[in-house]
Amino acid sequence: MSESEAADLEEFRKQTRAWLEANCPPEMRKPATSDADVFWGGRNAKFSSEPQRIWFERMRDKGWTVPDWPKEYGGGGLSAAEHKVLRAEMAKMGARPPLSSFGIWMLGPALLKYGNEAQKKEHLPNIAAGLIRWCQGYSEPNAGSDLASLQTRAESDGDDFVITGQKIWTSYANYADWIFCLVRTDPAAKKHDGISFILFDMTSKGVSTKPILLISGYSPFCETFFDGVRVPKSHVVGTVNRGWDVAKYLLQHERAMISGMGERGVGRPLGQIAADSVGSDAQGKLDDSMLRSQIASFDVDEAALAACAERAVDLAKAGQAHPAFSSAMKYYGTELNKRRYEILMSAGGVDALEWESERSKQGARPRAWLRTKANSIEGGTSEVMLGIVAKRILDLPGA
Amino acid sequence: MALVLTEEQSMLRDSARGLISDKAPVSHLRGLRDAKDPTGFSKELWQSFAEMGFAGLLVPEEFGGSGLGFVEAGVVMEEIGRTLMPSPFLATSVVAASALSRGGNAAQKSEYLPKISNGSLLATLAIDEGAKHRPLQTNLQAVRAGNGFKLSGAKALVVDGHVADLFIVAARTAGSAGEREGLTLFLVNPKARGVAVERTIMVDAHNAARIEFANVEVNADSVLGEVDQGAALLDGVLDIGRGAVASEMVGLSDEVFGRTVEYLKSRKQFGKLIGEFQALQHRAAQLYVDIEITRAATMKALQALDTDVAKAASAVAVAKARAGTTATRAVQEGVQMHGGMGMTDQFDIGFFMKRARVCEELFGDANYHTEQLARARGY
Ligand SMILES: Cc1cc2nc3c(=O)[nH]c(=O)nc-3n(C[C@H](O)[C@H](O)[C@H](O)COP(=O)(O)OP(=O)(O)OC[C@H]3O[C@@H](n4cnc5c(N)ncnc54)[C@H](O)[C@@H]3O)c2cc1C
Ligand SMILES: Cc1cc2nc3c(=O)[nH]c(=O)nc-3n(C[C@H](O)[C@H](O)[C@H](O)COP(=O)(O)OP(=O)(O)OC[C@H]3O[C@@H](n4cnc5c(N)ncnc54)[C@H](O)[C@@H]3O)c2cc1C
Repeated sequence: MSESEAADLEEFRKQTRAWLEANCPPEMRKPATSDADVFWGGRNAKFSSEPQRIWFERMRDKGWTVPDWPKEYGGGGLSAAEHKVLRAEMAKMGARPPLSSFGIWMLGPALLKYGNEAQKKEHLPNIAAGLIRWCQGYSEPNAGSDLASLQTRAESDGDDFVITGQKIWTSYANYADWIFCLVRTDPAAKKHDGISFILFDMTSKGVSTKPILLISGYSPFCETFFDGVRVPKSHVVGTVNRGWDVAKYLLQHERAMISGMGERGVGRPLGQIAADSVGSDAQGKLDDSMLRSQIASFDVDEAALAACAERAVDLAKAGQAHPAFSSAMKYYGTELNKRRYEILMSAGGVDALEWESERSKQGARPRAWLRTKANSIEGGTSEVMLGIVAKRILDLPGA
Repeated sequence: MALVLTEEQSMLRDSARGLISDKAPVSHLRGLRDAKDPTGFSKELWQSFAEMGFAGLLVPEEFGGSGLGFVEAGVVMEEIGRTLMPSPFLATSVVAASALSRGGNAAQKSEYLPKISNGSLLATLAIDEGAKHRPLQTNLQAVRAGNGFKLSGAKALVVDGHVADLFIVAARTAGSAGEREGLTLFLVNPKARGVAVERTIMVDAHNAARIEFANVEVNADSVLGEVDQGAALLDGVLDIGRGAVASEMVGLSDEVFGRTVEYLKSRKQFGKLIGEFQALQHRAAQLYVDIEITRAATMKALQALDTDVAKAASAVAVAKARAGTTATRAVQEGVQMHGGMGMTDQFDIGFFMKRARVCEELFGDANYHTEQLARARGY
């Protein structure tokens, strides 16, 4: 970086900090503790509070719901270095993301790379402005880890595809406006070669959803059925039958997002949270020495992972990143997040077992703990991530 | 600061790697060990190091050094870790040079630093006294006598202790073991009366010594930094050493891992390459992730040291703790995945295991640094 670039970046940091200080409501400077704290956008979106609305609208107006997307598609047009600064400044004050969505994390990057101009213009600004909420139609009852064996059919009929089949584990399908979906367009081809990546409206005729209850007691995902759903062929992203390339590229972004959960803390350091419940001795050391050492080891690994996440971004910027590195990060980040919640449950003891009470915010901690168990399953399991590292990065035989 | 090497740093790595892999592959260490070499390293190679500007890498240019930073020192340490090259670089060029440039007065700097840069002076820090690294437990006594001090006590694991031309000795001028107040660093001539050096042959075949001090007289000019107030200087110097050793461990882990992955791709059992067995694939992948995370944490620590040594403690603790657990895992998997071969002395992998064990103890093991982080975070 030249000196003048460094000075510009410093100036950007100052302005950003001042702007965030002036515009981020205090209520939005605490980590989200429940799904109501997260704003997902969409046609039926409701704000759970006034500060949530204000924060979202201010950030949206700057294009900072998607800070690094080009301005012409509703983004903030920030460079990688500026984006890093913004993230760091937001993290410093604990500012929440103003908008969360599968559109931002997954579809957007895939459209930016594989979409045609019309598709970008149609969908990206709606994602940035939180107007359309997306869901992901990948997994099927018989195609989980082995995703490429998916069977949902898309048959050609004039200018349309007619889609029939079933998806499962479709997160928020019952709230989503649109779906990005993997369908088989050539049943005769080898399994990776007959798949297309297609977009359609969830209100299309023939789409239905049925929620599934999770062990956390929440129902964030669905079985999704398609019964002769008609979709224009122009909704295919990339080339027909080459959808696997798009799917894989999108998964890299999904994995990077999920691994971020390992980096994101729960607001306060675990050692302090534990001190509240288990107490400390005269020197301020936790009154449970085994728990204390578990937390300390966790803190070491958490800090190291944060450095690695930072480095992954820097490597990507320098064009030195291995494309499969997000699988490595996803593996470690999700396993670390599970460790975090095992510690939180242990630290909370009996108090962390209440499932329905005001006091426990309706069992927020045990429900969150159970939810983390999915981190190492969703977006590709830990075993699948290790397999990808073994094959693509280490080049081990037969993997 | 981006957590990737700059172009200049990559060039430095390439030239260090070129020299070290060419002149000091693992067979170099093996040869020194088998010959029971009295020096324990190659003086000729050390001269080449000096000529390339490595001996004075951290020394300011005004004292004949290269004036580079800790990230650069880490780059060289990582390459040293790849071949386990025995070298005064750690003790002299990193630890002692940092102690002198950070704590020395004008006279001390101009006397010693140019000699470190040109490779003619070897120096080392004498810190540990007990079985474990506990700097505040320092109990070697320095009592005022006339215009100077008299030193009495013993030090262990003094790297290059039997070849050093200068000792930097941590001593207690006040207070008692465990206290921060009352520590002082002294520059001591190894030939001074009352100094007894016993070279200790260590598991890793690298240099170390036990040193006894029996009423060793030093004058007031030998104090490095301030009397009784040495803890802060020592903290910084130790953190610099820790960052460097963490880098060596990253290099060592990466090398063992690379060799192991190659073995998985060449050894056949049950009619298959053993690298086809998922049980080994997943363990190899986990180890890869561990090494990458530790590499990033170590870079982060070195950058923190370059920014402000006094504020780098937590980042260094994270790096050294991670380096310890990662290297331990890397060498264990390295031996295990080589089967019976990994157990033989003829095979290099055992050298890595032995060096990793010593690096783990140097300047505090993973438990020590994990504890430091817990204390810093107040729980
Ligand atoms: C909370 C949550 C949200 C999700 N959201 C979505 C979504 O929005 N959209 C969507 O499409 N999908 C979603 N999924 C589905 C998710 O992607 C799949 O659950 C995941 O890919 C695993 O597939 P599976 O459940 O069929 O398990 P399986 O593939 O049947 O795996 C069962 C076990 O076998 C192991 N295994 C499988 N293959 C191998 C192998 N080759 N080597 C070693 N071990 C192996 C797995 O690691 C796992 O432990 C979600 C899942 C969860 C839990
Ligand atoms: C100290 C010592 C004493 C010994 N004494 C004797 C003795 O007295 N008599 C005698 O006959 N032998 C002896 N042995 C040999 C010993 O039995 C073999 O070393 C052992 O069976 C492993 O074989 P290998 O060394 O060829 O390793 P390999 O079989 O080449 O194994 C290399 C690695 O691959 C792994 N691996 C291999 N196959 C699989 C698989 N299917 N799935 C997953 N991982 C796999 C192994 O676990 C190992 O980690 C001795 C070995 C040692 C080290």
